[in-house]
Amino acid sequence: MKRLNGDVLSGLVLAALGVYVIIEARGWNYMSEEGPGPGFFPLWYGIAMVVLSLALVLNAAMRPAAGAPVDWRCVGRALLAWACFAASVALMQPLGFLLALALLTLFVVAVMYGQPLKIAMAAAVGNAVVFHLLFVLALDLSLPVGPLGF
Amino acid sequence: MEALIGLGQGFAVALQPLNLFWCFVGVFLGTVIGVLPGLGPAATIAMLLPLTFNMPPTSAVIMLAGIYYGAKYGGSTTAILLNVPGESASVVTCLDGYQMARRGRGGAALGIAAISSFVAGTFGVIGLMLLAPPLAKFALTFSSPEYFALMSLGLAMVVLLAGASMIKALLAMLVGLWIASIGIDLFSDSARFTFGTTHLLDGVDFVVVAIGVFALGEVLGNMEKRGEGTLLPVPKGLRNLLPNREELKACRFAFVNGSVVGFIIGVLPGAGSTIASFISYGVEKAVSRHPEKFGTGVPEGVAAPEGANNSETGGAMVPLLTLGIPGSGTTAILLAAFILWGLRPGPLMIQDNPELFWGLVASMYVGNVMLLVLNLPLIPLFAQILKIREYLLYPIIFGISLVGVYTVSGSLFDCALLAIFGLLGYVMRRLDYPSAPLILGLVLGNLMERALRQSLMMSNGDLSILVSRPISATMLFLAVALLCLPLFRKVNSWRVKAIEENG
Repeated sequence: MKRLNGDVLSGLVLAALGVYVIIEARGWNYMSEEGPGPGFFPLWYGIAMVVLSLALVLNAAMRPAAGAPVDWRCVGRALLAWACFAASVALMQPLGFLLALALLTLFVVAVMYGQPLKIAMAAAVGNAVVFHLLFVLALDLSLPVGPLGF
Repeated sequence: MEALIGLGQGFAVALQPLNLFWCFVGVFLGTVIGVLPGLGPAATIAMLLPLTFNMPPTSAVIMLAGIYYGAKYGGSTTAILLNVPGESASVVTCLDGYQMARRGRGGAALGIAAISSFVAGTFGVIGLMLLAPPLAKFALTFSSPEYFALMSLGLAMVVLLAGASMIKALLAMLVGLWIASIGIDLFSDSARFTFGTTHLLDGVDFVVVAIGVFALGEVLGNMEKRGEGTLLPVPKGLRNLLPNREELKACRFAFVNGSVVGFIIGVLPGAGSTIASFISYGVEKAVSRHPEKFGTGVPEGVAAPEGANNSETGGAMVPLLTLGIPGSGTTAILLAAFILWGLRPGPLMIQDNPELFWGLVASMYVGNVMLLVLNLPLIPLFAQILKIREYLLYPIIFGISLVGVYTVSGSLFDCALLAIFGLLGYVMRRLDYPSAPLILGLVLGNLMERALRQSLMMSNGDLSILVSRPISATMLFLAVALLCLPLFRKVNSWRVKAIEENG
């Protein structure tokens, strides 16, 4: 997939967002006796969003394919890191912040950077301990607590 | 005279032990993140912002501003020693700084960078001190139409210089406006774009978007490639740290050039320190008696861009503090910080919060001295920061981001939103959508809508109010003219070149 497709795809997504904004804005008051209503501003930027997105799509479609092909390996690594982060967010409630962070660290160090398990374990425990000392004990912040009490 | 009295009052605030401590923390952290390639001041300020909520606002703003200008000092260290710019604004410093280091004058180059940063940074603060009060007085005559026009002008300038594609920059700004609209409408109590969930009734917290787009987006982009894992060589035994008399003499004009160019560029929204450093380097080369030597390791090739880079900070604070208009992603986050602390940057800021305004100005003098003292002897120590391995750094950034967001609202829903905005930040980077217009659109969205709706209330719905008042008409005309500039091929090629250098 080249840059061209990225522009077309993002343009279409943004055009859809613009249409959604316009549809929602039309459901609110546009102008009242007191002045512009809640639909006034969104309607105009929604229209601008649709016009500009379509301009982006047309511009990209008319241009010859440009840009280097996407390195899906790189994108895959970034998306894996993101998925791992999102999973740690989901685990914060059942496991608590510190355990979720330790698992996230373990995964990044061991799986994404291929470090030996010993180093990954040490990094995971060390990271969780430093966060506990700094944010929970020193700064007295309350973070989600798991069944083990931390 | 008024400025001197204010400054005296400011020093009384800035020299309080607590504020001195936070100023030190800010400039130290700023230097550290300036040294680290791939983590900018915007991301750091966004991550640390929630931790400042329990601090007195003056101390908090002193610390965050310290991170902002401290990062600029730190960026030069790696540019000179390793040819690795810690910040995009330090790219041009590599040209002559690294060559000086290769010729055994690395210590002198670092010394020149520190001295130039100090001189120009101080000039920038003096400029801020002298320009801010009269500008604030002038802005007191502004009403809603002028504010709407001013915000439009600020956004137009940022859009103009944010990315090679104006369409993408405008779209990013519109997405920012849309995110700002989420939640209860200020005037009518209608819920807008909440997708039926009560979590979004209060809107999307700025911190969530800023940390997601800047910090997580940056980290995910950096994690695309696995680092080599090898330690970067850190030079030892920096001799002759202070530049010699000939080198200092050669830099005389560069100190002035960097200071003036940096400040002027800083006052203009959108341009930023990278463009300031390139322009001052260009000016220095143009007036030099030996332009052919630039790029081979001339000291003025380090002094001019480093000076401009630091003087720009003082300039950027002028529109932020007196008009409430940020000119970049970093100053947009600072504006959001002010708002979160219940302060309103604008024409009344100096009158209503003299302690904070003058305390900040004075702390910037103090911070510049601290940076000079820190940077000269501690350069080898800061260079050791490069030894932190990527796989240890990134989980720490993930953790701080989560703590930052959870501290603001205590809501796991916001942590989930953080993940979504992190992905958005990464996708924007991949597809070359600039993030600064999105952040500015988000920060200014509600203020702009309010100004526009108040203007139309004043005129009973007649849009001509925006163009019938001279100041508002002029600013709107300038905004439209700026957005039309890329239609001229020559101007557009200059614009794209400037942005490419910025990148």
